[in-house]
Amino acid sequence: MSQLDRRHFLKITASAAASFSLGFYLPDTALAADAPQLNAWIDIQADDTIVIRYARAEMGQGSKTSAPMLVAEELEADWKKVRVEYATAHDNLRTNRAYGDMASVGSRTIRFSQEYLRKAGATAREMLIAAAAQQWGVPASECKAKLGVVSHSASKKSLSYGKLAAAAAQMPQPKDVALKDPKNWTIVGKPLPRVDIPDIVTGRIRYGIDTQLPGMLHAAVAACPVFNGTVKSMDASKVQNRRGIVQVLNLGEFVAVVADNWWRAKEALREVAIEWDVGSNGSLNSTQLMAQFKAGLTQENASIARNDGDTLNALKQATTVIEADYFTPYLAHTTMEPMVCTAWLQGDALQVWSSTQNAEATLSVAAQTAGVAPANVKVHPVQLGGGLGRKGSQDFTRQAVMIAKALPGKPIKMLWSREEDVQHDQYRPASLVRMTAGLDANKKVQALHIRVAAPSLFASLLNLPLQNGVDPQAVACFKDHPYDIANSLVDYVKQDTNVPVGFWRTVGHSQNPFVRECFIDELALAAGKDPLDYRLSLLPEKATRDRAILQTVAKAANWGAALPSGVFRGIAETEGYGSWTACVCEVSISSKGEVKIHRIVVGIDPGYAVNPNNIQAQMQGSMVHGLSAIFWGENTLKDGRIEQSNFHDYRMMRLNEMPKVETVIAPTGGFWGGVGEPTQAPLAPALANAISAALGKRIRSLPLKNHGLSLVKA
Amino acid sequence: MKLKVNGKNHELDVEAEMPLLWALRDELDIKGPKFGCGIAQCGACTVLLNGEAVRSCSYPVSAAANQSVTTIEGLAKGDKLHALQQAWIDHQVPQCGYCQGGQILTAAALLKKKPRPTDQDIDAAMGNICRCGTYARMRDAIHAAVKSGAAQ
Repeated sequence: MSQLDRRHFLKITASAAASFSLGFYLPDTALAADAPQLNAWIDIQADDTIVIRYARAEMGQGSKTSAPMLVAEELEADWKKVRVEYATAHDNLRTNRAYGDMASVGSRTIRFSQEYLRKAGATAREMLIAAAAQQWGVPASECKAKLGVVSHSASKKSLSYGKLAAAAAQMPQPKDVALKDPKNWTIVGKPLPRVDIPDIVTGRIRYGIDTQLPGMLHAAVAACPVFNGTVKSMDASKVQNRRGIVQVLNLGEFVAVVADNWWRAKEALREVAIEWDVGSNGSLNSTQLMAQFKAGLTQENASIARNDGDTLNALKQATTVIEADYFTPYLAHTTMEPMVCTAWLQGDALQVWSSTQNAEATLSVAAQTAGVAPANVKVHPVQLGGGLGRKGSQDFTRQAVMIAKALPGKPIKMLWSREEDVQHDQYRPASLVRMTAGLDANKKVQALHIRVAAPSLFASLLNLPLQNGVDPQAVACFKDHPYDIANSLVDYVKQDTNVPVGFWRTVGHSQNPFVRECFIDELALAAGKDPLDYRLSLLPEKATRDRAILQTVAKAANWGAALPSGVFRGIAETEGYGSWTACVCEVSISSKGEVKIHRIVVGIDPGYAVNPNNIQAQMQGSMVHGLSAIFWGENTLKDGRIEQSNFHDYRMMRLNEMPKVETVIAPTGGFWGGVGEPTQAPLAPALANAISAALGKRIRSLPLKNHGLSLVKA
Repeated sequence: MKLKVNGKNHELDVEAEMPLLWALRDELDIKGPKFGCGIAQCGACTVLLNGEAVRSCSYPVSAAANQSVTTIEGLAKGDKLHALQQAWIDHQVPQCGYCQGGQILTAAALLKKKPRPTDQDIDAAMGNICRCGTYARMRDAIHAAVKSGAAQ
């Protein structure tokens, strides 16, 4: 046991002499023999405090509250006595993944872990009941658990969980536990305050950037402005003797200045003369990339994602063919907290404090980079200043560990400047899509061909083989479109470019619903039908959730009611992350192209709504995230370099531009969908449909600023 | 140079042009003010200087010498939260929270000047970026803090 580990262990045991863990084991997992009293999810202390562990990251999505709510619900805990603590990646490694997947990506925390979290709570509850029953000599079936107390009504006996925990920990684990009927939930479904907010408003909370260690040094870094370029040569003589500068490192892929203060490091870095080897991509620009994508639209031998009927033939038979190309650009994430990681290599032991969305990947990359055994790595949890998908990748962790390796024994905090962040992101892939529909004489759509030309996240970022050559995110919401179109062909031509791509909040659903749902409006217009009626006519009865959310949101938005002169509506719907969403926007546009958004109504059916207040916050925030991208978001390439660098030229929405957002949470039960990402999906098409209606001209590319449109407050 | 932060006096030996943000964070270990852009665009670094909101990433520490700096850590009076902090909790404003210290301090400076701000006043004052998109709740929380009557 390392020193830090022991300290952690002692702190836990000393703070609660009679703190007992109710061992809960996931299948195929076993806790290490040196800490048998620590369990995976739940500790109950003698003073009735219940510690529930949270195994993923908190980056504002609220899961550090929602996930423990699921445990507490089945445990029949008194939520007021619950304290949430982070599980760690090193404990997960040591326990053969007792905490399962730790990644906070894909809006998956609740939907992928709800079952084992609820079972953890239920198992513990049954063990507490069994302990009480044994002590009282009564059948367990006569005992009840509620609000942290087990009681036996016939004998009027009761004991709190704190008093039962020691005995309960000795009880056998029940194999099958019954989970509560959702109608009996008392914690799940309530709008509970988030556990981390009090520490946020007082400034007590610690983000990755706030890591402070004895003797810690600060590093500023610069990678080659052309992706995948390297350092040819470096001359640091100008800054080497400057105040606070400890070392200037040429690490091949990037240069790092290490100093006693980050500002000194960053200032010195500007004056290090670096000659880059930019490789063969030093002249790449956005026009070339667009030409490449365009060629993909007509390329033969595309990879087929969906092939219902005989689309190409049906298109030939069509009375009318409607064709339209849609484009969505590369997008940087710009989390408020730039990439940051602290690494400390002491002998063969490595500690890392990283603002990571995937602590297990952090551990693995850190170990590999340092050349130490994974068992010798500790990844300390920190709050993330936003993630937005960027912090699942570990490029920055790797850089920090490389620097720490060059300065063994010294804790190094590496922080990116905003310019480094904008210019070395892993961008939401640009995507060019050709939509081709064949209508019969009655204007009914008989065939739909969707051709996608876009980079592949799975192949280039995750290095995964593509099933049938198709990137699943590139064809998101196309491959599984719910519309009743007998001939549907979706095919994909992978675009390999030098621009690194990554998961950007809502991923494929941040762009493809814009394409699909705007084109559906084009078809509605061609058929002379109302966009809502047209969708309902095209959605089969079996698409119950699509129909339901569409109708719910349309009703909430008074779809069909008369609008003031000059105000126009748009609507869109889609599934995403296992939830169903729809949106209605109302806009008016001045002759100068100033867009006023009078109303946004956005709805979600996530199956179950675990913490409705948090879901509403996610929906409100998704509108802001979406609107920044829709109006201004694009990263362009010139001379192989990203042209944008900071918030002055990569613009974000501010409070004074915030339109009125109404949220509709309409859970229909029976399934578990995500909530962090999905509601951004229907926003772009609903807004673009409203704008197109107002302009009498179809918007087929983003951002809107490129159409001469600006956002002004309604 | 001398710097008074959250009522406590500090002696600093740093370059005059070092931004206040990095003097606070890396010299004094006061981590409430955050780094977001370095060019006074986002406001995550906002602190109060004699009650006025300033963007500390672009404010030389020497210009703050011998004056009173308040960071988010110093806004509460002991255990008693500032009305804005309480309203921020009541309205569950923060998401990731990274920008929120700067947002709350910006709002505090606004209330000091305009104890009953209109929506237009709030629009004009609250220019800090929040990538999570907590704007609607911030506005509600500011109005609520005013109503609570304890925003001074």
